[in-house]
Amino acid sequence: MTDGFLYFALIFLSAAVIVVPLAKRSGLGAILGYLLAGVIIGPFGMGLIKNPEAILHFAEFGVVMMLFLIGLELQPLTLWRLRKPILGLGGSQVALTTFLIAAGCLAMGLSWPVGLAIGLGLALSSTAIAIQLMNERNIFTTYTGQSSFSVLLFQDIAIIPILAIIPLLAVGGDVGSVQQAIEVVEEQAGGSLWEKGLMVIGLVSVIIAVGHYAMRPALRYIAQTGVREIFTATALLLVIGVTFLMKSVGLSAALGAFIAGVILADSEYRHEIEAQIEPFKALLLGLFFISVGMSMNFDILASDWMTALGALLGLLIIKFAVLFFLAKIFKFDFAQNLIFSTLLAQGGEFGFVVFQFANQVNLINADLTSLLNMVVALSMAATPLMLMFYDRVIVRRLQNAQNFDVLPEKPSIKTHSPVLIFGNGRFGQVVARLLQANKIQTTILDHDPKQIDTMRRFGWEVFYGDVMDMELLHAAGAEKAKLLVLAINDREKSVAAASLIKQKYPHLKIYARAYDRRHAYELSKVGVDYFERETFHAALNMGREVLMALGYRAYEARNLALRFAKHDRKILIESFSYFEDEKALISFAQQSREELTRIFESDRTDAELHREEGWDEDDGNKPQIGKR
Amino acid sequence: MSGTVLIIYAHPAHQTSRVNRRMMETARDLEGVTVRDLYELYPDFHIKVKIEQALIEKHTHIVFQHPFFWYSCPSLLKEYIDLTLSYGWAYGPQGTALNGKTLLSAITTGGGADAYKRTGHNFYTVNELLQPFDQTARLCGMTYLEPFILNGSLQVNDQAIDAHCNRYRQKIIDLRNGDIGEVYQR
Repeated sequence: MTDGFLYFALIFLSAAVIVVPLAKRSGLGAILGYLLAGVIIGPFGMGLIKNPEAILHFAEFGVVMMLFLIGLELQPLTLWRLRKPILGLGGSQVALTTFLIAAGCLAMGLSWPVGLAIGLGLALSSTAIAIQLMNERNIFTTYTGQSSFSVLLFQDIAIIPILAIIPLLAVGGDVGSVQQAIEVVEEQAGGSLWEKGLMVIGLVSVIIAVGHYAMRPALRYIAQTGVREIFTATALLLVIGVTFLMKSVGLSAALGAFIAGVILADSEYRHEIEAQIEPFKALLLGLFFISVGMSMNFDILASDWMTALGALLGLLIIKFAVLFFLAKIFKFDFAQNLIFSTLLAQGGEFGFVVFQFANQVNLINADLTSLLNMVVALSMAATPLMLMFYDRVIVRRLQNAQNFDVLPEKPSIKTHSPVLIFGNGRFGQVVARLLQANKIQTTILDHDPKQIDTMRRFGWEVFYGDVMDMELLHAAGAEKAKLLVLAINDREKSVAAASLIKQKYPHLKIYARAYDRRHAYELSKVGVDYFERETFHAALNMGREVLMALGYRAYEARNLALRFAKHDRKILIESFSYFEDEKALISFAQQSREELTRIFESDRTDAELHREEGWDEDDGNKPQIGKR
Repeated sequence: MSGTVLIIYAHPAHQTSRVNRRMMETARDLEGVTVRDLYELYPDFHIKVKIEQALIEKHTHIVFQHPFFWYSCPSLLKEYIDLTLSYGWAYGPQGTALNGKTLLSAITTGGGADAYKRTGHNFYTVNELLQPFDQTARLCGMTYLEPFILNGSLQVNDQAIDAHCNRYRQKIIDLRNGDIGEVYQR
């Protein structure tokens, strides 16, 4: 067994590592790379893996994780705002596409139950492909992205009734009454519909209640133990648990994971959970695409390539036309509409499920099932190619025709802040408050659950996570942020983090809280863009107040303090070249102290000179202590 | 006894001042007189406009007391004018808060009186150079008074300073009592 697992892992990882970068380099994109890798190692390529179906089944978990992550990005309120496109756009897409495809099947001489089953299966698009492509193109947050997502979400929900209808279609014309129909469905489901319905409602309520009330304290408890891998384990357990529960009552695991995600969307652990799940998702999704590639049955293509290609073209054209028509009604502009319709024109992974099921209940025969699976897989591979065609050919035409419009950024699901603040203690908090008071969107992260809890009770949105976790930064939108305020109080960690972040996100400016001069030096060495010593300005202000208490005028005290600060910073930065050598540093420090005294001295002399030259009424008197 | 006097005092080097400091101190304790020491109040140039406007509203006579720097006032007084005399309050529609008040410039110049004429190195007279203040008063519906000037403030001896301070004190008392004296000749 171990050998088997290692063998699989070796084959899959090698295929991915060799083929995907090549595909990406050559402009084909990662998805085509995975599909290609699958074809190469699959039964019709080198034959290294024999049973792609089993692996496909396992890899579908990647899709579940993807929906969980999408749920995490969606606050319940955002979801509510999307209800119109979900129901309107999604609903009419599934209905219209199903109808047209079923009609096509009838025309080709298939029976209507078979046609309807095929229509329902093919109406579903590939969430995996579409969302992956949207992420690659960075359009998930645009209007197009949101609309596409709404359609996909509706399809994910529609899979439940579709799977319920399939057995009905299997008995076809024999269903005489509603009563009979229900009996057929119940027979398939293995229980009474009432019981089933209650179970579903009960289960979803349990997920919502647990997610809402129990998950947060549980996550905080686990975060407080500080064992990072246990947090990872918890995040995984969460997704797997939900999947298991949903499957146990025959519901779509993806939908359950999505609901779980939405419930946790306003939790402070959102970014951290995201960061933990993301690598698993990405790998499993890759595995999923590989399995799709492996399951492509080229025998069918060889034996009856006319039918297969005809079906593929028919599928793409019908789906594209329906989407294009609907988008027109929903008032997309032309360029947006093209992307939207292309993104969703393929068949999807749920199609595999539907056809497999239809085959089980003897509605669709085995040959037709493999043909349909082949068509779906080909349509999935066609999508990135069509988008490439769009980019290379159509965009240019549109630009030439002068009516190409850059996609407008409409309200987004996944908002990205220009500023990330890491560490929300007594330092980061002040920065955050100043920025937020000026309506500058900031994402605040902290590693102390207690601190987060306090801040949240005061109505602040603070997320949990560790600054060394680059996945977390990625989830918090480091790619798009302009600036990161590094305000944690752990000196060594802040240097290490600054160095790591600078390597990973060179564009991201780092403004760091420094403990003292040495820390400032270390931070500068790893390339932070600005540092502020945490107590310097407080002490400087104190000095200024003391001067005033001694009788200095407020304005003079201010000027003296500012001059001191300026000189101090200049000397500090100059001294950085001596930091590795203590002797040189000490002598440099002495010199600069003397220099400072000289500067203040010469200011006074200058003032006296002015008076003698008759340009000023300054008589050079020193301020009198105790008298203002 | 009519009205009160608001002295807006601006001197960045008050601690080393010979004349302005004493002028301000002789006027400060007078009944019905308020002094705003701008450089002490707003060392960071962050003027509290609402407070300053409320004070102006409460007084009838406004005095800008300052050394004459580069033919104008020190920068903080300029900032004060820029922010406090705001649109819709000091001028423009409904900008009537200053209507009927008087404005007096009480200034000291480093150069002697001879420097401020066509043959002197400053070419213009002090009164000519104070035109921006006169026009400011005009736009705000105020009466701009004949400026109160001490020339050659660096050369004057202590007796002269004493005498000037006494005159200044009397000027402020007169203003407070409603005797506005001479008006600026345009």
